[in-house]
Amino acid sequence: MNNLEHTLKEAREDFDQCQTVTDLDQAKAKYLGKSGFLTEALKSLGKLSAEDRPKVGAEINVVKQGVEEALEKRREAILNASQAKQLAEESLDVTLPSRKEDQGSLHPVTQTLHRIESLFHSIGFSVAHGPQIESDFYNFTALNIPESHPARAMHDTFYIDESYVLRTHTSPVQIRHLEKNKPPLKIISPGRVYRVDSDATHSPMFHQVEGLWVDQQVSFADLKGVIEDFLQNFFENKDLKVRFRPSYFPFTEPSAEMDMSWKGGWLEIGGCGMVHPEVFKHVDIDSNQYQGFAFGLGIERLTMLRYGVQDLRHFFNNDLRFLQQFI
Amino acid sequence: MQFSENWLRSYLHTSLDSDALNHVMIMAGLDVDDSHPLGASFSHVVVGEIVAIKKHPDADRLQVCDVNIGDKSLQIVCGASNARQGIKVACALVGAKLPSIDIKEAKVRGVESFGMLCSLKELGLAEEADGILELNHDLKNGTDLRVALDLNDQITTLKLTPNRSDCLSVWGVAREVAAISASSLSPIHYDVNPIKQSEKKNVIVEEKAACPRYCGRIIKNVDNTKSLPEWMTSRLERSNIKSISPIVDITNYVLLEIGQPLHAFDHEKLQGDVIVRFAKPEEPIHLLNDTKIKLSKKDLVIADHSGAIAFAGVMGSMPSSVTDNTQTIFLESAFFDPIVIAGKARAYNLSTDSSYRFERGVDFSNTRYALERATSLIIEYCGGAAGEITEVLNALPKRNEIHLRLKKLNAILGIEVPSQDVERIFIQLGFEVNKTIEGFKVTPPSYRFDITIEEDLIEEVVRLYGFDKIPSHHPLSHQVMLPTSGTYHRDLKEALTSRGFYEVVTYSFIEDEVEKSLHGNANPIQLQNPIASQMSTMRSSLWGSHLEVLTYNLNRQVSRLNIFEIAQTFHGVKKDFIETEVISGLSYGSFMPEQWADKIRDIDFYDIKAHVEALTSKQLTFKRSDKTPLALHPGQSAEVILDAQSIGWVGKLHPKWQQHFSLPKAPFIFELKIEKLLEDKVFKYEEISKFLPVRRDIAVVVDDSVEVDSILDAVNKAKIPFLNHMALFDLYQGKGIAENKKSVAFLILMQDTSKTLVDSEADSSVSKIVELLEKQFGATLRN
Repeated sequence: MNNLEHTLKEAREDFDQCQTVTDLDQAKAKYLGKSGFLTEALKSLGKLSAEDRPKVGAEINVVKQGVEEALEKRREAILNASQAKQLAEESLDVTLPSRKEDQGSLHPVTQTLHRIESLFHSIGFSVAHGPQIESDFYNFTALNIPESHPARAMHDTFYIDESYVLRTHTSPVQIRHLEKNKPPLKIISPGRVYRVDSDATHSPMFHQVEGLWVDQQVSFADLKGVIEDFLQNFFENKDLKVRFRPSYFPFTEPSAEMDMSWKGGWLEIGGCGMVHPEVFKHVDIDSNQYQGFAFGLGIERLTMLRYGVQDLRHFFNNDLRFLQQFI
Repeated sequence: MQFSENWLRSYLHTSLDSDALNHVMIMAGLDVDDSHPLGASFSHVVVGEIVAIKKHPDADRLQVCDVNIGDKSLQIVCGASNARQGIKVACALVGAKLPSIDIKEAKVRGVESFGMLCSLKELGLAEEADGILELNHDLKNGTDLRVALDLNDQITTLKLTPNRSDCLSVWGVAREVAAISASSLSPIHYDVNPIKQSEKKNVIVEEKAACPRYCGRIIKNVDNTKSLPEWMTSRLERSNIKSISPIVDITNYVLLEIGQPLHAFDHEKLQGDVIVRFAKPEEPIHLLNDTKIKLSKKDLVIADHSGAIAFAGVMGSMPSSVTDNTQTIFLESAFFDPIVIAGKARAYNLSTDSSYRFERGVDFSNTRYALERATSLIIEYCGGAAGEITEVLNALPKRNEIHLRLKKLNAILGIEVPSQDVERIFIQLGFEVNKTIEGFKVTPPSYRFDITIEEDLIEEVVRLYGFDKIPSHHPLSHQVMLPTSGTYHRDLKEALTSRGFYEVVTYSFIEDEVEKSLHGNANPIQLQNPIASQMSTMRSSLWGSHLEVLTYNLNRQVSRLNIFEIAQTFHGVKKDFIETEVISGLSYGSFMPEQWADKIRDIDFYDIKAHVEALTSKQLTFKRSDKTPLALHPGQSAEVILDAQSIGWVGKLHPKWQQHFSLPKAPFIFELKIEKLLEDKVFKYEEISKFLPVRRDIAVVVDDSVEVDSILDAVNKAKIPFLNHMALFDLYQGKGIAENKKSVAFLILMQDTSKTLVDSEADSSVSKIVELLEKQFGATLRN
């Protein structure tokens, strides 16, 4: 039996010598292979007497178990070592920059439009659009600005011909929408508008959003509520104050300018008012039955304030260094 | 409108300071565009008189002045060449603080000097000055200069809305501010001038509706070379009115004072009666601004027997104007119907203080008073004898009684305004007001042209009551669910931003030449009044604008650019303009941003094609066409087809344009109409097969000219059994392949819906495909 005890020790030594799984498999054959020492030993049990057999068999099995355990232990060690080696070899400088495409960005004006659309959408406004080459009728006459009216001089208008202009505001969409839809209704109409003007604070093309709510009892108090709510949410500032000042627009009466509190002062942010009865008349709505409010806001103005952009021209130069900041 | 606040305060009695006054005006709808103190601040400057003057003993250019400042005289050294005995000067005393210097006792080349004689520049009252300021002789020595020149004043500029013509005069503003701030007001007194000469003009008003009131009188023996008093010239100056001649200045003064435009003709240059009529077709007139125009039948004129002598309500004529030699004038004060004057000046690119007021509405109750007021001033300062006024009076505009229902007022405003407040407001505004059961009957005064309907009265009430008294209210609403569409643009845009594109916004107008030759639009839509020639035409494509953006950025060291925009493009002709919304993109430079990890190549057609395909989940086809747009390279461009309809183009910029824009590399561009891209149809789900597909690869050699898409199309149409998917995976030309030939390799996936496919079935399908390729495309199977 000394032989058996020795076998276990010898096997452990053999296994420890092995550096690879292949070596280990070869070493294993010597003990557990078809003609390995322990296999042979088990085969030879038959030659033993019936009394000795169980005892010797049990002893062989103990050794076999020990050899197998040693084998597995070594196998694990080899694998661990080789994996550790692989890991060490494959280690990277993870701080190297990634293989990446630019992030791309939406134009800040679009981002503002999206904000406006979702804020108004949340209280049930839908979005309406209209043409940019607009007839004199929709841009002026139907909005109670007849030909030669001095208010036309307030709009430095681009003319295509005597009856078509580039729309000077998004207000014509009000008329187009009211022609096709019956109240109650609430829409916003964002888009490009045009004025003959160009400097750091004026662009010949810019964006406006028009809002319109017509129902039986919509009042100026409601207009104040909606505008305040909007500006406070747009600028994420519940303390933001809004001031209304009397003004004049031919298509609203009473009319007001909207100012918001900004850095200790007031800043003009747009115009608004109650829809003028003449406008309702043009679209065949009874102004004794319905009333409503309309407002207009400058998108670039809101964008400039939100992000601190100083010069309006940045929006149209499309300098990559400008655009990349709006990811 | 610009004016001196002190002038305003001469009528208006209020304890409000400048800021408070401005605030009151702003909150009542008179927008204060600007308000600033007159001139720079300085102190300790008084009126002095040079009583004696002698040369400086040691300096040729200096003089030593003896300056009387009332209670004493000062010795002051002065270098100005106009310093001389007897003139009154602005004398800065020791201790005075001027904008750029503090005055101390000094020795100038050995002579003591106790102050400084100032120029307008040194006082901060002018940018440049020639010599020291010479003051009016009437000023008393020793008077503080700020008081003497009335410099403690504020210059106010109002940006008035077109409805408020009643505030286009200092008196009108005072009247309004008195109403809104409940202050008191001094009335203007009009003297009726005694008749001192008998000549009277005959006036024939042919157009009674256009000119409901016309007043005029002859004043003889005037002297149009006299000086006007300091108070009047300074008020005019502070209103930014240039001095012309005393008579013209007086008419301008009355215009500013009470808002009535006046005109003085040189009576000796008029022939016969004065006639108010419409111009004859092409009637010529030589205007005061020395332009000669031809009027139309819609223009009202003042005429004599020789022709038009004034463009009524706009401008007088040069030949009939007053000059230094004028001795007799015919002074006119009229009321013209705003509608007749509206737009007339603008039609000839004119804008005058007179037309500005007439087209907005001038108070017709002032016509005669204004004439008397101007007459008094002319006689007082230019002398002369006034004749009788000729007045032709026809039907003046009516001020109708308007009914204001309190219920309507409260419904519009969303609050209850107390009835007594409503009444008080109308009384303050000078409106006639009578109670009714439902509210008030209100009649506006003659100077209010903007009050015609109930809503106008509501505006007046809220204007004075204050918008701030209306609480913000969250409106009650009919809640209707909205369709989820509307965010569609966002999806398109985000498809590209996620691929590294930056959205741009470019002007809708472009240079005419670019529109014609790059966009290929022979009949562009042009603006009548473009802001610049490179922005004169409405674009039919965004490509021109995007190439400009590219150039702009290349000039700023950018070497790679991916941009896109969604915007309208403009087509069609007069009365039938068509606006098409497109998504347009440009890709330039390397395929990926410059980096260490991979070798970077330039983008090519198949990159931009992938960007286009990313815009939709639908199947796009790309077709060669002989109608390639002028902007594109004919060999590297394709028409983009969706559901058998052309929706746009994609390709490489034509080398001609690359050269034109001096681009080092060729950009790739696309432009698609978005309408079809946005059509949102719910797709039908197909059941996933339980059976694994079988894959076979084939490679065939075909002519170089055979388009891969046509091969795939043909196979798809042939309905090969079990064919599930076939796609190109390799393309090879070169060694082993004949010239003008190419090897194309396809992967073929086959599948049965009811069982796993056996090899023989798959092989049979592949054979059918190969056979088809051989037949239709002359293909030969490689090995």
